[in-house]
Amino acid sequence: MLIGHYNYWVVVALMMLGFFIIIAHGNLIKKIIGLTIFQTSVFIFYISIAKLDGGSAPILAEGVSDYSNPLPHVLILTAIVVGIATTALGLAITVRINEAYGSIEEEFIQKQDNQT
Amino acid sequence: MAAPLCLFLKRPKLVWLFTCIVTALTFLISVLLLQQVITHGTLVYELGGWAAPWGIEYRIDQLNAFILCIISGISAVVAMAAHTSLQKELSKDRHIYFYMLYLLSLTGMLGIVATGDAFNVFVFLEISSLSAYALIAMGNDRRALWASYKYLIMGTVGATFILIGIGLMYQMTGTLNMHDLAQRLPEVSQTRTVFVSFAFIVVGVCLKLALFPLHLWLPNAYAYAPSIVTAMFAATATKVAVYLLIRFTFTIYGLSFSFTTLPLNILFLVLGLTGVFVASVAAIYKNNVKHIFAYSSVAQVGYMIVGLSVGTAAGLTATLVHIFNHALMKGALFLALAGVMYRLGNVQLSGFQGLGRQMPLTMAAIVVGGLSLIGVPLTVGFISKWYLVLAVIENGWWPVAVLILLGSLLAIVYLWRIIEMAYFKPANEHSETVKEAPFSILIPVWILVIANIYFGIDTRISVGIAQSAAQSLFGITP
Repeated sequence: MLIGHYNYWVVVALMMLGFFIIIAHGNLIKKIIGLTIFQTSVFIFYISIAKLDGGSAPILAEGVSDYSNPLPHVLILTAIVVGIATTALGLAITVRINEAYGSIEEEFIQKQDNQT
Repeated sequence: MAAPLCLFLKRPKLVWLFTCIVTALTFLISVLLLQQVITHGTLVYELGGWAAPWGIEYRIDQLNAFILCIISGISAVVAMAAHTSLQKELSKDRHIYFYMLYLLSLTGMLGIVATGDAFNVFVFLEISSLSAYALIAMGNDRRALWASYKYLIMGTVGATFILIGIGLMYQMTGTLNMHDLAQRLPEVSQTRTVFVSFAFIVVGVCLKLALFPLHLWLPNAYAYAPSIVTAMFAATATKVAVYLLIRFTFTIYGLSFSFTTLPLNILFLVLGLTGVFVASVAAIYKNNVKHIFAYSSVAQVGYMIVGLSVGTAAGLTATLVHIFNHALMKGALFLALAGVMYRLGNVQLSGFQGLGRQMPLTMAAIVVGGLSLIGVPLTVGFISKWYLVLAVIENGWWPVAVLILLGSLLAIVYLWRIIEMAYFKPANEHSETVKEAPFSILIPVWILVIANIYFGIDTRISVGIAQSAAQSLFGITP
């Protein structure tokens, strides 16, 4: 039971890792990395629930009766695109923060804000 | 919809006209849609001709249509003021991108409301929020960038939470269609998977709607974004999130699951009331007027959530009416601030000295909007407070009703600071040249202000629709 569903353990581990990075790290790039890991864990989760033991790709063929569910794959394709867009926007904003504040460390930026 | 077209029109003025026409048409269509739904019942549109449980459908009932009207109406009015206000706040070459993003985020919000498919909600949510992050980052102040970054992190975490919740639901039921979900969930509602999915979705949506204590991204994001963006999002974005919460808790999971199996109503009640008080007190100590109103937005969201937590048709009516009314008053207030911003270049409280004489029309708009925020009779704020208190008392929660009224008193305190500055202090030397805001901003402001008063006196339209929408929701989920 525990070993058989190892992919879900991986999902949970990645999710917590990503979430921890988002909260704990002050570096803006590292935060975005954490965010990406967090999102990726959800992608793996979706793919896991679609998989059927011994199922093949959903193409009609002789001798195949079990198919994996293609719908979550399609959903995740969309979610990956969204994830890329988010990462790109996040990085773009980070670049501009670096230009404006001269730093990408959260503490440093907060300190500058408090002064003004 | 029309957003990519903006890129092809090179002249900002043309793009602005185009945006105005598009948003006005959207508003017209929404109103017609609302009429259709009221007379003919729920409308269903199947995308690509695939039937419902397999294909994606747009499902418009009274609740949707009502929210659609609010969003498109506000965005149309705000768009009218956009051109003038942007000239002072944004460099010229960026105007085109602004309108593009504006329309994109409008598309996203309308999509969230219109769709009948749970995964589609996530996609539209990301469309609207990604363009929102970019719009906020356009603010002149460098703090806008930092606020936008924080919003991006919080918002993406929230959206991913919603995604996880939807995934778990799909795992249990094998469907993504909201209507289908509502029918299949009761069979499996006692499993832990469904509890977990519900928890993820509620937390995710609450991040988006800035319910206390998940509101930290909101004040800075609103305060440093361009004024037009603030007016647009303060009036619409949180409303969409409240709609999502209503959709998920009432339609999909069902009232008995959310409020009886799980103690969501008590949670909402406590968080909503704490939100009202913490945010109102925070607003009292702020010196940037945009900050004050942003915190008051958090407080108003608290009222909406209290309305939800009552869990009766009357409570839901109060929430819906407050969504409508709050959109009107916050739209008017932030647009009036856009006018102040246009003349003064900032909205620090100290800069408001003597503005009551120099910008009488703008300040009068702020006063009316403020009175509405407090809940003075003859304004819309009174109507929503009235229904909220009625709903709470109907449930026998006397202490809650008292707390709601105390919350309004706090609103008087922070609004009084602005009014005192504007009317009872002599003008600053350097601001004596300040004139009234230009008409292109004043007209939209006063449209909203007059709507504030009109719907405060004649409540048949807003309350009537909200009531029947609330009742129809309770018809589905007994």
